[in-house]
Amino acid sequence: MSSTARDRIFARLHAARTTVSPYVPQGGTWQAPMLDKAQRIELLKKRMETVRSEVHVLPEAEWPAKLAELLKAREATTLTYGHDAWFGGTLRSKIKGKGMPKLVPYGENVEAFRDELFGIDVGITSTLGGIAENGTLIVWPTPQEPRLLSLVPTVHVALLKADTIYSTLAEAMREMRWAENMPTNALLISGPSKTADIEMTLAFGVHGPKELIVLVLE
Amino acid sequence: MAHTFTYPRDVKTVYYFGTCLVDMSFPQAGMAGIHLLRRAGVEVVFPQEQSCCGQPAYNSGFLEEARAVARAQIKAFSRADWPIVVPSGSCAGMMRHHYPEMFANDPEYFDVRKFSERIFELGDFLHNALHVRYEDKGKPVKVTWHSSCHAMREMGATAAAKALIGQLSNVELVEIEREYECCGFGGTFSIKQPEISAAMVADKIEDIRATGASAILSGDCGCLMNIGGAMEHKGVPVAPRHLAEFIWERING
Amino acid sequence: MGSQHLDFTANVTEALADRQLRANFKSALTGLMKKRVAVLPDAAERERMRDDAEAAKRKALAKLPELLERLERKCTENGIIVHWAETTAEANEIILGIMRSHDATKLVKGKSMVSEEMHLNHFLETHGMEALETDLGEFIIQLNHEPPSHIIVPAVHKNRQQVGRIFADNLEGIPYTDVVEELNAIARKTLREKFRTGHVGLSGVNFAVAETGTLVLVENEGNGRMCTTVPPVHVAVMGLEKVVESLSDLPPLLRLLTASATGQLVTTYVNCITSPRKDGERDGPKEIHLVILDNGRSRMLADAQLRRTLQCIRCGTCLNHCPVYIRIGGHAYGSVYPGPIGKILTPQIDGLADKGVLATASSLCNACEEVCPVRIPIPGIIRRMRTEAYDEKGDGVVKGHGAKKNLLETLVWKGWELTYRIPALNRFVVSMLGRFGDKLPNVGPLKAWTSVRTAPRFAPKSLHQLAKEEGIRHE
Repeated sequence: MSSTARDRIFARLHAARTTVSPYVPQGGTWQAPMLDKAQRIELLKKRMETVRSEVHVLPEAEWPAKLAELLKAREATTLTYGHDAWFGGTLRSKIKGKGMPKLVPYGENVEAFRDELFGIDVGITSTLGGIAENGTLIVWPTPQEPRLLSLVPTVHVALLKADTIYSTLAEAMREMRWAENMPTNALLISGPSKTADIEMTLAFGVHGPKELIVLVLE
Repeated sequence: MAHTFTYPRDVKTVYYFGTCLVDMSFPQAGMAGIHLLRRAGVEVVFPQEQSCCGQPAYNSGFLEEARAVARAQIKAFSRADWPIVVPSGSCAGMMRHHYPEMFANDPEYFDVRKFSERIFELGDFLHNALHVRYEDKGKPVKVTWHSSCHAMREMGATAAAKALIGQLSNVELVEIEREYECCGFGGTFSIKQPEISAAMVADKIEDIRATGASAILSGDCGCLMNIGGAMEHKGVPVAPRHLAEFIWERING
Repeated sequence: MGSQHLDFTANVTEALADRQLRANFKSALTGLMKKRVAVLPDAAERERMRDDAEAAKRKALAKLPELLERLERKCTENGIIVHWAETTAEANEIILGIMRSHDATKLVKGKSMVSEEMHLNHFLETHGMEALETDLGEFIIQLNHEPPSHIIVPAVHKNRQQVGRIFADNLEGIPYTDVVEELNAIARKTLREKFRTGHVGLSGVNFAVAETGTLVLVENEGNGRMCTTVPPVHVAVMGLEKVVESLSDLPPLLRLLTASATGQLVTTYVNCITSPRKDGERDGPKEIHLVILDNGRSRMLADAQLRRTLQCIRCGTCLNHCPVYIRIGGHAYGSVYPGPIGKILTPQIDGLADKGVLATASSLCNACEEVCPVRIPIPGIIRRMRTEAYDEKGDGVVKGHGAKKNLLETLVWKGWELTYRIPALNRFVVSMLGRFGDKLPNVGPLKAWTSVRTAPRFAPKSLHQLAKEEGIRHE
């Protein structure tokens, strides 16, 4: 049935070409501004803070201490992460002891991990880059760092290397060669989960993270 | 859809298209427009064969009737290529933008387009083509302004109207809340969907009342007939006035 | 389905009488209008974005068959199973079949207008399936057994007190509250449990990229990501107009979609799905199905003017700016797609006989066209719907063309034409009106007019006469 539906649909679509002129107006006139590195960091921070993300710009070596401080303030009891992520070893060596959450690597398939995952306080992920134009993180989950790390825990912490912040989405797509190697799931994340469905009143954390904390590493 | 028009220079003569509504119900507003043009040193020609731009039928789904009436207008204004000035943003928008659409597939398309390029809204033409200057001789008064949707969105004539009002030193212009919103006239819309139209004009009247103005000015008699009729029905003491008539009175004391 | 009898006049009367409803709409939509301008402050830049967005959509429509074939090929290569449905009934059956093949009974849904067009929830429920809306607004109105009243903010017609009562009445063990934060927390708790246990996740598609076979979903809440990541099976449904050629078409479209829909610079999530879970990956659905629906769209494509309806990216900004929608709200339209876009889309899908009346509910003020991010000439297509409804020339193409044709109106407009085409007749009629116009009987259109206005007055002397008397040159 489906294949005949397909044939009939395509027959109509092809026929439509004979009745309508193929004129199409020209596009390609708009581009968001290109910025230098300092401007990119500044704009990304500003844009992300506008939608209530917490952004800290700091030297790369300092992120574990900053993370520990943030976790302590939140009294987080569990933290999930990708065991083989680039920061996994550092995380294991620095985030431990009194007042630190239990580290729970996302090491199994979601079917086995799901119930535990839905109870975890914090998820931490790497990012492939950022976009200054609209205050966005580029997150391509991998076998090492699965998709739900950035969605299910109450707080999402993202590590962003300052060198990987692009000016615009178009630039990021071009430079990262999205068209040639789209992953299973490419995500652009621009803040904590939010809604304004009741009386247009903005509220955060309706389904996903209530907080997004971005550590920009210089 | 609003465009920046190319305005003619050193205008000696213009055609005047009065519109059917002005003809029937607001001829004084129509004459005021003629007087303002003549005062600016322009000769005005009013072809007696003119009638209606055709918009009522066009908007109601009767395209053939609209085309027949449009053809009659094009013919009535064909003896010279003078600019055609219209004391209504809506009728002007119809003739400027919709005539070419109506004849897009006809051999006369290019002639129609040439005709359409000669169409100007009155206030816009006075301000941007004739650069008129007015001296106010009236008493201090507070007014508000309503743009017809087509004066605003098709003819881009709002700024010119406000600039003209701004030349009148004793006139205080108080802008209305939701100035961008339709008054609910919409030609046959007001009788095809009378309840929605009534709700729209009721809100518009409240916004007008809130300005504290004693007159509501507009460049379109359709809106004025709607808003004015509704205000009169409700006993709201604000006078509906066509911009041309208002200016003519102010500058003549 | 979808072509239930529509008593638009009764709906309008009811909606206009509901002061609470009008207040809810006015306050929400005024806010959305202001936010849109705030996020697109530079008019010149906004117009350049619109140039690009319009061009991207029109280019896609001009190449639609190739792009759909390429999309199908790329998706198939990526492991996404593509289905084609001519009608909503076929699309529903496809989804039911997918659920049955997995012994699934619980569907968790992200927001999808196409699934509303299909009346999918109702269909699945009649076949013993649970179909749960998880977008907060959709969740609220589903609990209250209502359709959405807006395509972006479906519960915009409800205030916090009404939502509180809906939750208290329909969710077990939930006391009444009208604190928005608390209402959101209730929804979070209830729905996270559903994501965890759902068998199949359903989503719409904002843009389907032919170049890479990627489904792009835009959202703020994260429920869409939940639906497309947690359950083992993901079904995406889209109208066939959602395809765009390449990733490079996306930046202006995304910017304008979010700016127009919610006045945001960017949404929280842009979720680009290109394949099911690959070997070694720990989450994501193991199976993805893409259902591509026609339901009248290929017919629109065959007409140069009507095809522009298909440029729509469902941002809803034409609703927010429409003086008619603001007053009567979404439900009065009795259709899945309300507001200006609904006035042109619904009659083309459901036919002019049932839904042609929607095209009369416009003053043709052009506010919709002024703000449409992809520049759909909505007022022009509304006029077209009116013209097709009478179909004078008999060359109509829209379903139900000629449905409103009647002798009375035909004669009235013929008479109008003669009056305004023949100068002598025009002079006679205008002079008669000047003399006797105030004695017209208060019936029909005049009665409609005078329900809230005084009757029009006719001047004793027409402009033609005054101009002649004053010696204005007439040629």
